[in-house]
Amino acid sequence: MRIVIALLSGGLFGAGLFVSGMTDTRKVQGWLDVLGNWDPTLAFVMGGAIIPMVIAWQLTRGRRPLVGGSFPAPTDPLLDRKLILGSTLFGAGWGLAGLCPGPSIASLSYGGIGGVIFVLAMIAGMLVAPPLRARLDSVGAAA
Amino acid sequence: MEQDWIWGLVGGGLIGLGGAVYLLGNGRIMGASGIIGGLVDASGKDTAKERLAFLAGVILLPVLLMPLYDTPISTHVTDNWLVIIAAGLLVGVGTRIANGCTSGHGVCGISRFSLRGIVSTVFYILAGGIAVVLFRHILGVI
Repeated sequence: MRIVIALLSGGLFGAGLFVSGMTDTRKVQGWLDVLGNWDPTLAFVMGGAIIPMVIAWQLTRGRRPLVGGSFPAPTDPLLDRKLILGSTLFGAGWGLAGLCPGPSIASLSYGGIGGVIFVLAMIAGMLVAPPLRARLDSVGAAA
Repeated sequence: MEQDWIWGLVGGGLIGLGGAVYLLGNGRIMGASGIIGGLVDASGKDTAKERLAFLAGVILLPVLLMPLYDTPISTHVTDNWLVIIAAGLLVGVGTRIANGCTSGHGVCGISRFSLRGIVSTVFYILAGGIAVVLFRHILGVI
């Protein structure tokens, strides 16, 4: 059941990224480029995605997930250096290539060799993250 | 071009629906970097099958939808491998340090009014905007 739900969810996500044009790096960079020919599409995608999710979060109240267990607890509103530094590094890479994790996977079948190289580099980055995270934690604890 | 925002809204709705299915069905947050990262560093090996099923769906649907389009769809990604590798590394390490990306912190975080999600989104959009302006308009690399 979990597998079927995950496949359905991934399919909706992939279809959404595809039809919205978010796997086109020109549209993403066009939205980020305030000095260029600004492309508003990304804002519509974000808005369109947040609406069903607001409803979904409301529906979690007093309920359990379909497969059982419990919903993710509200996050600790902790604004630490990992959140700020990580988001900044991510954003820089996102702007540089116009790809973020979801679209890089969604476009694997048609993104060519460049898309494959991006995903491999992203995986490499994900491999070096855990020790870096631990280091940031220990530095934070010492300070 | 003027239809782009409508397709943006439709596609966004599908993305949000995907997140809703994952949340209400499996009780999990649909964050692409978390789903991939948990496989990469083995922190999510207990849920490896559903992570792989999710990613299979993400790859498969564009393949199925592609024939409906008259013109071939391209990512128009740069052919400068150095830029691609640098960007990939930054995205990989950054999302795993921040524990989320556009889907997790952005779509799923903002919709639950999470302060972390909102702050993360502000920072990655600012950094992305600065990167595009710097590398496109000032350095002319992209």
